[in-house]
Amino acid sequence: MKILVCISHVPDTTSKINFTENDTQFDTNGVQFVINPNDEFGLTRAMWFKEKQNATIDIINVGGPETEPTLRKALAIGADSAIRINTPAVDGFQVAKELSHVIKNGNYDLIIAGRESIDYNGAMVPGMLASLIGANFVNTCIGLEVEGDTATAVREIDGGKETVTTSLPLVIGGQKGIVEESDLRIPNMRGIMMARKKPLNVVEPQGASAETKVESFDKPAPKGPTKMVDADNLDELIDLLHNEAKAI
Amino acid sequence: MSVLVYTESEEGKFKKTAYEVASYARGIADMLGTTVTAVTINAEETSSLGAYGVNKVLHVKNEKLKQFSASAYASTLEMAAKQEDAKVVVLSSSANARYLAPLLAVALEAGYASNVVALPTSQEPFKVKRTAFTNKAFSHTEITTPVKIISLGKNAFGLKEAETEVQEEDFSPELPENAFNVAVQSVDKAKDKVSIADAEIVVSAGRGLKGPENWEMIEEMADILGAAMACSKPVSDLGWRPHGEHVGQTGKPVAANLYIAVGISGAIQHLAGINSSKTKLVINNDPEAPFFKAADYGIVGDAFEIIPRLNEKLKAFKEQNS
Repeated sequence: MKILVCISHVPDTTSKINFTENDTQFDTNGVQFVINPNDEFGLTRAMWFKEKQNATIDIINVGGPETEPTLRKALAIGADSAIRINTPAVDGFQVAKELSHVIKNGNYDLIIAGRESIDYNGAMVPGMLASLIGANFVNTCIGLEVEGDTATAVREIDGGKETVTTSLPLVIGGQKGIVEESDLRIPNMRGIMMARKKPLNVVEPQGASAETKVESFDKPAPKGPTKMVDADNLDELIDLLHNEAKAI
Repeated sequence: MSVLVYTESEEGKFKKTAYEVASYARGIADMLGTTVTAVTINAEETSSLGAYGVNKVLHVKNEKLKQFSASAYASTLEMAAKQEDAKVVVLSSSANARYLAPLLAVALEAGYASNVVALPTSQEPFKVKRTAFTNKAFSHTEITTPVKIISLGKNAFGLKEAETEVQEEDFSPELPENAFNVAVQSVDKAKDKVSIADAEIVVSAGRGLKGPENWEMIEEMADILGAAMACSKPVSDLGWRPHGEHVGQTGKPVAANLYIAVGISGAIQHLAGINSSKTKLVINNDPEAPFFKAADYGIVGDAFEIIPRLNEKLKAFKEQNS
């Protein structure tokens, strides 16, 4: 089985979010970039297929040279080779279109992307990509098995989960649950050394258009002071929740 | 030309979000000087949409669409959008709506903005405000395509009544053969519980509860308040509670009217997931817990002592006010 894992290069989950240039650009100053957590769960599931079913794993990313350390980390975890489409990621549609051009020639059986990236949270690349290449698509995937040409996936739905079957080629929007957090791999020294020698192919973009444009960013207004209620005065708490917050 | 809205139903009954997205679509239609057309799939009764400004209902009745299928639902909406010459399509932020929206965007060659929290700030160019960085910021985004797709953040707009006469029309699009390539084998849904996505109130607990056996009092509080249950990441990692309840950056976002956090210290990733909730109550025995800074109301104390007492008081309050 030939697997492709889409990797987003995103600020670490603990990053402070600030903006520069008149609030039009994300401030990368002092920010550590990592593999998008939803993609990392998918990469780990791909590693399971590699180890149990002899799958091969390519990884792919749309971005400038600054994303290469993130791709090298994914190679150190165990992916076989990497592709970087050499253009900044502007919006989800542009990213999906750029990915689809490269993927169409790749004969991939399974493409795993995270259900969304934790920076722009667009939640659109996996579905758009599936549509553009004419593959089946399962989103919010929390379980996946593949036997021959048939995939069985478990999908999180509002208030529960559902099990679906479909055929390859397949695109998955994965998330926590497709593997457990405790199963995530930390690259060891051997993996890091091997990753240096693995191919990282840079391909030039097709010039796909973005369909949305970020004009500016802002942050939620700072909230007022917290009202502390004495643990022996729960009647006051209920009164505040009912009359002031109108929440109960 | 119209604004098209997908109004979701479950077992024939509209979900609350159906009225919320209808209200929002009405707001856009008023800005654009046009009408609202709703697409309903196997809904039993559709006239209630008139109270929220819907002018026309395209009523799809199709046994094959009883189970949600992203591809088939996207095709249905695509054909409706084309028939109605829709310039804007509005969906909710349910798991299913966000599953089908990207498919629809490709079919209509439409720019798509998710997690939108307010009416467009400008029509031309068409600009919307959406959350980004898992609720740590807002992005003011222009959609540049002729057709625009918006998924509305949960609880972002509320219900706005606008009594309108509804014209109903049966709509039976012919679906492509591959629309059912993903087949649902089984659905496992807790019928008697409120889901995080639909909840007005969410009761959440963390490692401060010390073990999975201590969740009974939290479940009791959720029962009293008609709330959904949630938990922090360490709790779901430890297997004390299911993944579906994990709230935070890699879990679910919560935009409830009231979020009650018990024994959760408030890691930055957790706070990102609950930022959009209106009122936050934190109960923790550590007065230095960072969550207190993000909360509206706080109680410092032992959850095992406070929660049973609070449950009794909430029960009495509910009895008096029901």
